[in-house]
Amino acid sequence: MGNIKQKDLILYSGLIILGLAAPYLFSAFKVQLTYLCVLIVLAMTWNLQGGEMGYNTFGNILFYGLGMYLTASVQVGMFFPLAEWTESGGEKTFVHTTAQYFQGIGVGLLVSAIIPAIVAGAIGYAILGLRGHYFAICTLGLGIAAGEIAGGIEIIGAGQGFTTPPFPAEIVDTEARGKFFYFLSFALLIGTFVFVKYIYGSRFKLILNAIRDNEDKAEAMGIQTMKYKITGWMCSAFFCGLAGGIMGGLIGYIDSTDVAFDGREMGVFMVLMAILGGKGTLWGPVIGATLFHFFKEGLWTLILGWQYVALGVLIVVIVIYFPEGLMGWLREKYPERFGEVIDEKDRKAQVELK
Amino acid sequence: MDFLIFKAPMLMVQASLDGILLGILFALIAYGMALQWGVMNIINIAQGDLVILGGYIAYTMYLAGIHPAWGVIVSPIIMFFVGWALYKLVINKVVDRDLFISILATFGIAIVFQQLMNFIFGADVVVAQSEYGTTMLFDNSVTLPNSKIFSAFISVLYAVALVIYMKKSKLGRAIRATAQNARAAKILGVDTEKVYAATFGINAALCGIAGALISITLTLHPYVGLPYTVRSFMIVIVAGLGNLPAVALSGMGLGLFEEFADYILGTEFRIGAVFMLLVFILVYRRFKLSKKREYLK
Repeated sequence: MGNIKQKDLILYSGLIILGLAAPYLFSAFKVQLTYLCVLIVLAMTWNLQGGEMGYNTFGNILFYGLGMYLTASVQVGMFFPLAEWTESGGEKTFVHTTAQYFQGIGVGLLVSAIIPAIVAGAIGYAILGLRGHYFAICTLGLGIAAGEIAGGIEIIGAGQGFTTPPFPAEIVDTEARGKFFYFLSFALLIGTFVFVKYIYGSRFKLILNAIRDNEDKAEAMGIQTMKYKITGWMCSAFFCGLAGGIMGGLIGYIDSTDVAFDGREMGVFMVLMAILGGKGTLWGPVIGATLFHFFKEGLWTLILGWQYVALGVLIVVIVIYFPEGLMGWLREKYPERFGEVIDEKDRKAQVELK
Repeated sequence: MDFLIFKAPMLMVQASLDGILLGILFALIAYGMALQWGVMNIINIAQGDLVILGGYIAYTMYLAGIHPAWGVIVSPIIMFFVGWALYKLVINKVVDRDLFISILATFGIAIVFQQLMNFIFGADVVVAQSEYGTTMLFDNSVTLPNSKIFSAFISVLYAVALVIYMKKSKLGRAIRATAQNARAAKILGVDTEKVYAATFGINAALCGIAGALISITLTLHPYVGLPYTVRSFMIVIVAGLGNLPAVALSGMGLGLFEEFADYILGTEFRIGAVFMLLVFILVYRRFKLSKKREYLK
């Protein structure tokens, strides 16, 4: 990271102040803002694989869903028998006290960060050895299989779902729940951003890029590619698990295929957002996620019922016409802003060659 | 652990027959996937949704009072044009691109198809009654719906017809030439654009046949397309491109696996088992291939 420039310092502190003030300024949209933070986190972590490493995964939803189930299970299981909780449909028989609730969610989030990372490390050696489209299809299969299997396990609610502990009733402030989850997700966003920015300044990012550009060559140069691929995936899993845990608490209800391992929504959204903003850039996923969220929230209600058709068409259009995304387009238009110097002679020679 | 299937040997016969008949149907879909993968080098995630759409065409005929078995003739004709239109609209822009682009673009198409089918045909699970009755075997201990036998027979018929067509006809030769080397075929006067469109149309027609057969043997629902895509993808990986006997065999193998998984693990894990099998096959393949890449170690 080193020394941050003064211009960047103003930008970052401005954004942080905006983020801190947002729940007070836009009080009615706290849930939407929380969603936005989580979406940005998912897009940024997807970008580590899809953008930097060149491994287009559909499987990060696995860690998201895993984190969601783990947080809720730990939060309940620490104080009450889990099987009875899911059987009775949640809060009817057992009530968390305020202290229990926060202790539970704290430990739950910790677990939901560590376990997905361990899972990523464990399956990484087998899965990340696959190349290109085989990797994409395999991770797609993993995500869906996880949803189907979770939908058959009794102790976490099977097909009927899992109600997460409700926010403690002793806190009378009606705004408190929204604020709590917003600041939790905002903290996660800052953590993720700082981490990804740190990666962008490190040798690790260059190695990931080398893997993307030519993995065999990178291996021949003496880089242990598998080690770095697994590490990269574990980092993503860590943050995806946390994001899932927060979303589980916010939504309050976990369904195996529609909320947790939601390949049809979240799983596609994270890919789409990163591509929309421009994969392989630091700010691309952030901008892509923000744009996508505004577009989604603005249009979803207008075209009720048709939103999936619109989503499908959007995917096709973005993938075919804007595969480089917004940042890629800007980069082509204003290369100087990105610190690229174009040799006019060289460019002309290239044009002539074409 | 108490598995019914190991106590009653007749259930094994039942599961095996069901699996083989089902597997032939899967092989037909997989053949279409192998065709487009080999010729155009795209992976079509919307394959399963084309199947379901073909099934709904037969179901619509059934609602109109026509016997759904006629769907195996009507559905492929309609689906051929659907496939052709889809190629002209979207697929032609992803043919020469990265495979991931085609995966994502067809994923988008799949979502659109699912939702449109949901609007038009509703979200209920439907089935077209063929009223073919059932065959009883081994003292009535094994029941076999005649519709399943019919569907396997039709699948084999169409597959054989297609193989002969690919060998003998002019278009078939053009398709095979394009699969071998698109550039050379173009130089020698093959209109590759037309070949691609025809290939995608034939693939969609195969899906249409399979869908019509599924509408009378299994059930239809707007959102069950993806498992069919994954099944055909799996069969193609195991069998390789353009190896038809292997496609048929691995199709049957998959059918057997599914029926046995259904009995042993329970129906709720059936789709999960299919997707886990996909992961296992890919991982197994990766370890097998990595042994060959020893020059890097």
